[in-house]
Amino acid sequence: MTGVIILLVVIAVVVLFVISMYNSLIQLRNRVKNAWSQIDVQLKRRHDLIPNLIETVKGYMKHEREIMENITKYRSQAMDAKTVGEKAQAEGLLSGALGQLRVQVENYPDLKANQNFLALQEELTSTENKISFSRQSYNDQVLFYNNKIQMFPSNIIAGMFKFTEEEFFEVEDEKERAVPKVDFSAQS
Amino acid sequence: MWELIQSNKRKSLVLFISLGFTLLLLGYFFGSAYYPDGGGYFGIFFALIIWGILSLISYFSGSKILLAVSGAKEVTQEVHPQLFNVVEEMKISAGLPKMPKIFIINEAAPNAFATGIKPEESAVAVTAGLLARLNRDELQGVIAHEVSHIVNRDVLFITFAGIMLGSIVLISEIFLRSLWFGGGGRYSSRSSKSSGQGQMIIMIIAIAFAILAPILAQLLYFAISRKREYLADASAVRYTRYPEGLASALEKISDTSIDLKSANKVTAPMYIVNPLKPKGRKLSDLTSTHPPISERVRILRSISGGANYIDYQNAFNKVKHGKVPLIPNSGLADKTPIGIKEITAAPVTLGIVKQTKRDTGDIMMKVNNYSFIDCKCGLKIKIPPDFKQRKLLCPRCGRKHLVQK
Repeated sequence: MTGVIILLVVIAVVVLFVISMYNSLIQLRNRVKNAWSQIDVQLKRRHDLIPNLIETVKGYMKHEREIMENITKYRSQAMDAKTVGEKAQAEGLLSGALGQLRVQVENYPDLKANQNFLALQEELTSTENKISFSRQSYNDQVLFYNNKIQMFPSNIIAGMFKFTEEEFFEVEDEKERAVPKVDFSAQS
Repeated sequence: MWELIQSNKRKSLVLFISLGFTLLLLGYFFGSAYYPDGGGYFGIFFALIIWGILSLISYFSGSKILLAVSGAKEVTQEVHPQLFNVVEEMKISAGLPKMPKIFIINEAAPNAFATGIKPEESAVAVTAGLLARLNRDELQGVIAHEVSHIVNRDVLFITFAGIMLGSIVLISEIFLRSLWFGGGGRYSSRSSKSSGQGQMIIMIIAIAFAILAPILAQLLYFAISRKREYLADASAVRYTRYPEGLASALEKISDTSIDLKSANKVTAPMYIVNPLKPKGRKLSDLTSTHPPISERVRILRSISGGANYIDYQNAFNKVKHGKVPLIPNSGLADKTPIGIKEITAAPVTLGIVKQTKRDTGDIMMKVNNYSFIDCKCGLKIKIPPDFKQRKLLCPRCGRKHLVQK
């Protein structure tokens, strides 16, 4: 009799353990999803701002065709990207091109005084900051989640219910973005 | 992150318990000083009632009262888009559940504060003078500091510790005054009848307590409040990853002789920089709610390597030449490297007074719903909200402008 009771208790404990593991995995995965949607909103916002920016800048910067073409190209690449990794790469290139534009703006005092441009630049700067701040929390959540999936004993539950690892959102050329390269050869 | 709040909570609990105990003792002694038999319990009851009333008021309308007293006005995004953007960035970086409300105070002195008992219902208020003086990175530093006060529950702490402190001061004051006016007579008539010796001792204890308790409670409160300022600086560095922003903001804020008219003794601990300038007191290090700005700037500038809590603690140790455990271990255990942004902004230029004054004025007018027209002759025409005509002539060059509503 006592044997049966012990067995039942053990089973109940195991079941409770599995349920709580499963729930915590679900919770972590939802947090990752939520963090991703925060980034996604900002990425979309940036894509929406770019046509406006090109329109405003075009009249002033006649000699920077290449930069503008790059921006347009990377924007459409970024909009087409599907996985987190692809998106991160395309967005990195886009950031680089926008950084180059920002450096060139210094040569156009009229543009720098344009209220419309200033407002757009503020929006873009803010959007980029928001992307980089939400990237931090997204990557933190992914790290938590991936750790849970890989570590014992939660890896058993993760394997049973097919929880798969999530990708980090890493902007590869971050060094380059911090200090945009200026090509002076084209100007002379 | 959560453990940081937990540890804060534990420390605050210790403070609250000791303050609460002081409050009860105070009530007991004062009660017994007047009525030796049973008066002590009445005293405790009286102390609790005062404390309860003050707590209820501040819980339900503390933020509103504070914002109203400081003359803060809630603004929409159009008034200052950059301020809104920066607050939203910090909301994301700090993981606040909801966007704080944004207020602008119509004052030329640069300062800022945050309120909100719960992170879900918070508000950030900055002065027009602050907005006119700081660049984007500096503004971000200040907002990060304020947001971290909300996240670390410092607003909750300051409000309720302030109320406990306030009750202690209030009750001591009532007791000491009652001795001067009339209370003494009752005491002497009683003591002549009953055994005067014991009553006398209780009276002396009560008086000593009434004088000492507020001072001790204040010192305790100030010590923890200063520590929280450092902690908020550390969090601000983590949120912005740019210590220089906050450092040069603090420098600019302290480089002014303008007084913040709407601040007072009660609201002072809420601001990023103490709005009430100490007038040459030696004790000011002990009796100040804020650490000296020069020290805060020096710590921020000696941060190297990263923007995590451990980097701030290292810089703090270096400047203070000692090991004061500022940040709880759970915060230090987080070793994730967070890179610092390179210093990109132009060096701090202080004392551009004329332009600052004009910008301050513009922001104040915007808050009050003025609109602006830039005339081709270079004049900025300011139109008050009750201006009814649709057309207007530039007062300098006579050009016609359409007024948009």
